[in-house]
Amino acid sequence: MSPVSRRTFLAAAGGTALVLGVVPGFRRLRVLTGEAAEIEREAGRLNAFVSIDASGKVTLVTHRAEMGQGAYSVVPQMLAEELEVDYATVEIVVAEGDSARYGSQITGGSSTVRGSLTQLLVAGATARDLLVRAAAQRWGVPPAECRAERGTVVHPASTRRAGYGELVADAARLEPAPKVPLKPRARYTVIGKSLPRRDLPAKVNGSAVFGLDFRLPGMQFAVVERSPRFVGRVKRFDATASLKVPGVTKVVKVERDVFGHRREGVAVVATNTWAAIQGRRALEVEWDDGDAPAVDTETLYARMREAVRSPGNHFRSQGAASVALERATDVLDVTYETPYQAHACMEPLNCVAHVTADSAEIWGPIQGPDWVRGHLADALGLPLEKVRVHMTFLGGGFGRKAFTDWTHEAAMVSKAVGGPVQVVWTREDDLTQGPFRPGMVYRCRGAVANGRVLAFEGTMAGQNMNAQEPGSDPRAFNRDVVEGIHEGWFDAIGHWRFGDAPLEAPIPVMWWRSVYSSTNAFAYESFVDELAAKAGVDPFTFRRRHLRDARVTALLDRLAQVSGWDGRAKGQGYGLALTHCFGSSAGHVVKVRRAGSGVAIERVWSVIDCGLAVNPDGVKAQVEGSVVMALAAACTHEMTFAGGVAAKRNFDAYRLPLLRDVPPIEVHVLESEHPPGGAGEPGLPGVAPALCNAIADLAGTRIRRLPFDLARI
Amino acid sequence: MPTTLTVNGRRVRVDAAPDTPLLWVLRDALGMTGTKYGCGIAQCGACTVHLDGAPVRSCALPLSAVGNGAVTTIEVLHQDRRGKALQEAWIAHQVPQCGYCQSGFLMAATDLLARTPVPTDADMDAALTNLCRCGTQPRMKAAIREAASRLHDAAGRREP
Repeated sequence: MSPVSRRTFLAAAGGTALVLGVVPGFRRLRVLTGEAAEIEREAGRLNAFVSIDASGKVTLVTHRAEMGQGAYSVVPQMLAEELEVDYATVEIVVAEGDSARYGSQITGGSSTVRGSLTQLLVAGATARDLLVRAAAQRWGVPPAECRAERGTVVHPASTRRAGYGELVADAARLEPAPKVPLKPRARYTVIGKSLPRRDLPAKVNGSAVFGLDFRLPGMQFAVVERSPRFVGRVKRFDATASLKVPGVTKVVKVERDVFGHRREGVAVVATNTWAAIQGRRALEVEWDDGDAPAVDTETLYARMREAVRSPGNHFRSQGAASVALERATDVLDVTYETPYQAHACMEPLNCVAHVTADSAEIWGPIQGPDWVRGHLADALGLPLEKVRVHMTFLGGGFGRKAFTDWTHEAAMVSKAVGGPVQVVWTREDDLTQGPFRPGMVYRCRGAVANGRVLAFEGTMAGQNMNAQEPGSDPRAFNRDVVEGIHEGWFDAIGHWRFGDAPLEAPIPVMWWRSVYSSTNAFAYESFVDELAAKAGVDPFTFRRRHLRDARVTALLDRLAQVSGWDGRAKGQGYGLALTHCFGSSAGHVVKVRRAGSGVAIERVWSVIDCGLAVNPDGVKAQVEGSVVMALAAACTHEMTFAGGVAAKRNFDAYRLPLLRDVPPIEVHVLESEHPPGGAGEPGLPGVAPALCNAIADLAGTRIRRLPFDLARI
Repeated sequence: MPTTLTVNGRRVRVDAAPDTPLLWVLRDALGMTGTKYGCGIAQCGACTVHLDGAPVRSCALPLSAVGNGAVTTIEVLHQDRRGKALQEAWIAHQVPQCGYCQSGFLMAATDLLARTPVPTDADMDAALTNLCRCGTQPRMKAAIREAASRLHDAAGRREP
């Protein structure tokens, strides 16, 4: 798991090794070895990159980050299935940022497994086939009489065996088969098992190196004072007092690029982090905010509430929802609101940069190393090959660490210092600078007839995170207006219309675990429950009636069974929600009970259908984490703004759940024949609506604004 | 200015201002990065270490207050039988996700088991006020229960 550089890796792997890479071909992936692989490597088209050396050691380049989702185990697990080796012996080399070579490296969109399964199976099968053929040739027997097991080729008839290491030199001279048949699912022995994570020993003894733990010889430490109103320019600063703090070596104006907008700050550089923090406290900076509006939470929400009264700038529709609703006698017309949220990764942002006159090298907790590389090459005016970006372990990411602003800023500090520097964001910086999950307001109008939804109209107001760059239109249609909704609803409802009324505000916004699904689902799945109540139909029955897909039915069946839904009585505090995003469906039942003047969450049952679960316990862990994060975003924390400034500065105000706030969570992973979907995000969106549906069931109180206080229901 | 302190059983000299929190002394002056920075205001517990056997949040403990106290960090937790049992149970239950907060939780949980060998859920809720963003809390509780039970069994075997 050492972050060996690609160059070192290639040097070590050359000579008597079998080296292969996967190239995206016209009709299928092609696997290449030897000189052919070298040519493609030089051309920058290789992706999965596997080598087996003369000792039999297998090395796999992984191009995705380990941010808690188990990438460093599940990626070798996928290779091991067809290669017939022990996943625990596969050495992981963490790729540098290089999109030409690896394709998109973004660890996001719940893509670690679903984005690499096929290429790892193909790479493993092709390598195994080469080794088997090399052994068969050596022994003068047909390859079909040989088989591979645990890093060895065996010929059972003659009981001959040869380790992969003994065969690599011969195998490397063979031509890879254009297409090696892959195992049928039923014969998997590695995929589908809950194999333990290989990074955990280092994560219980303090030895795992996160970005903040990375050190270079002669490295200095820096913190940066940034404009509290996001948009401010440095008018003047006085570093006299800062420079008197022992350990402070330099104070310098720096910039970073936030979605194409230049943002400024003043960096205080010192020999240790504490001295830098003290130097910053002594710093005086005067900001010029230009004419940017000093927004506050109330103003923003008032504007969004107003915006959803009109039909929205853009919409997608089927049938004639407005006519149907005009003719309906009993229209439900309600508004739901979700708060701005900070990502609040436990590891605050940080980055080590070493920029010289003609090169730049970056180490940090980075979700998108290829983006960071491209961005830095542009910002520093360097050719791409002179910029190297290394991923450390990430202490949480959730979307925030996919962005390129803070790595840019660290490079600027290093350039000014003329040496390696680690830029540390304090918790206050991390919480208040954004980008944030945008706050949203949804207006839902609907009517039921004959126990079904007659018409459904949803209008969403909020900032468009897809249109923040200069020149993009912040009022452009937000295509994510329906993200998270199970698509079966679009077939089931005759008249629907989903509109978007974008909000313009100077607050940077960005992906936050499950993105717009995380807020859309609260509105739409709460509203489905309200419509079910209006129709007088049980929430499970109501969803089954509309969503006839066999996979949804199987999910609902399992969820009803594990939660004991059919045995409950109405009013006992059970709530349901079902969502679909990032290739997977998830359903939750939440059970609440009375507790003093509020309610307590007794239990959460979750069922996820993520297709093939490569590591079921890993999927479970992701869903458990999603449930906790969603509950916290529903009942515990929100980011507010006052005078244009993010108002919650640290964990005393932006509260995260304590051990006692987390209820028992029971996760079930459906077995499925379908290809893998995502696991990191799909378990999140349905939690808040299931909770609020449970509260409505228990207390008759409908929660339409998050966050809310469980102690006062 | 030079100060001498005791970390993991060794006397070490550091050159740091007396107001420097122990956290930054460990991380920047001594290069011991297992103890994490999370908030700087003693809220999240990622920086938890033991001082004379009791858990402290090192981000809010100035070097001048450490004095001759014995500082113990995650790097030697395995030398403590409770710490080792917890580390093993943590792996058995596959507790960590990103892992960043886990050092602090393990230090706090070790102290809990020292004071309350067989903790109830309520004991855990009261004692562990650290923060975890990945949502590993349910697995932590299961792991603490298992470690407590293993230690209890081992103690039973020693003293029949």
